Amino acid sequence: MNDFDAEDRLRFEQLVLPHVDAAFNLARWLLRSRADAEDVAQEALLRSYRFFRGFHGGDARAWLLQIVRNTCYTWLEKNRPMELSMEFDEELHLQTCATPETLAIVGDDRKRLTMALETLPPRFREILVLRELEGCSYKEIAAITAIPIGTVMSSLSRARRQLHSALVNSLQGARP
Amino acid sequence: MRCDFADSLLQGYFDGELSGCRAAEFERHLRHCAHCATELVDLDLLRDRLQLAQLYEPATAALRRKINAPLHAIAPTTAVSRPLVWHWLAAAAALLFVATLLWRVGHGVRGDDYQAELAGEIVDALVRSQQPGQMNVIASNNERVVEGWLDGRARFAVPVRDFTNDGFALKGGRVDVIEGHAVAVLVYERNGRPINVFIWPTRERDSPPRTGSWQSFRWVDWRKGKKEFCAVSDVDPADLEHLHQLINSSA
Repeated sequence: MNDFDAEDRLRFEQLVLPHVDAAFNLARWLLRSRADAEDVAQEALLRSYRFFRGFHGGDARAWLLQIVRNTCYTWLEKNRPMELSMEFDEELHLQTCATPETLAIVGDDRKRLTMALETLPPRFREILVLRELEGCSYKEIAAITAIPIGTVMSSLSRARRQLHSALVNSLQGARP
Repeated sequence: MRCDFADSLLQGYFDGELSGCRAAEFERHLRHCAHCATELVDLDLLRDRLQLAQLYEPATAALRRKINAPLHAIAPTTAVSRPLVWHWLAAAAALLFVATLLWRVGHGVRGDDYQAELAGEIVDALVRSQQPGQMNVIASNNERVVEGWLDGRARFAVPVRDFTNDGFALKGGRVDVIEGHAVAVLVYERNGRPINVFIWPTRERDSPPRTGSWQSFRWVDWRKGKKEFCAVSDVDPADLEHLHQLINSSA
């Protein structure tokens, strides 16, 4: 890191640092925790800084988000391996949503959306976050998540369907 | 019953990711498929809800501090002058345009890789131009100051003239890199609107002005004395032409 010259550092600041928000946002939604996202996003940024010389131009945001994503998955594997095998289960989801806590917050759409999004498996959650919150194109999503561009469309379709039914369930679960 | 299109074209259509003919194919289908029509409405409602809920979570101040600290420990930041806000805004739009222009004018049709590279270049230029204090900029209405400043940075001589008396006030200049080439930019103001004049060296012969527009921006591009000039702005086209004549007769 020490042989990083001033020019590289300036380039890094100009190209990569503008995407710190995107890095944090993706980490926050993948890890479902702000505190963990802060640590992991920091780690990812330092990692990207260290390997910045390997970046030869192109989409800096996609490059950074790819690193953030990989760092998040590595972190999940180490700390919460169960989550990675998580599948969307409508029955389970219905039960989760009917707890007194969920009944209390169900009036708040932001919380309801957050909860619904967080019940999705990480691979569907990330694709929705990249598309709907980050505004990434299919091409960028394909680059970040390392899936073929043709698969982006079908994954988005499934992710949106799951989110939709999670939201419908949360409403049904809330009704007495 | 779900329609076969629901998992494929529908999503791409909704996200504006289909090519013209595939979008047309889907629209033909849409005329007869109530299911897809309903689904489009649902997708739209869902998107609105997601947007309204403001789920995007920007980086916390603590994270920014943590990231900046180790970076700043490595080398001191070079002080650069801070430009006016509109410079950045104009720069962003103009750079985007010029990158497109350079690609069209200079290269003709290339493969996907090249386009991806160019897209990167555009994004980079945008990012650079949107970073206050990060780009090489000088704000001055003094010809000599701007010229001297550019002289050390652009690696080619840039003629700088102030045309305040003709209604085009010099506001400053900057340098940037587009497609690996140093580009000098002079910023003028006309009736409160900025005009960016991009200048770079060329081996081509002098050429008469070509004009065009891109989104809400108009441009005039010409070559003179082994330099190419491209003035970009959203001002009246006649004003751009006027500036072109002023620059050409002074160069």
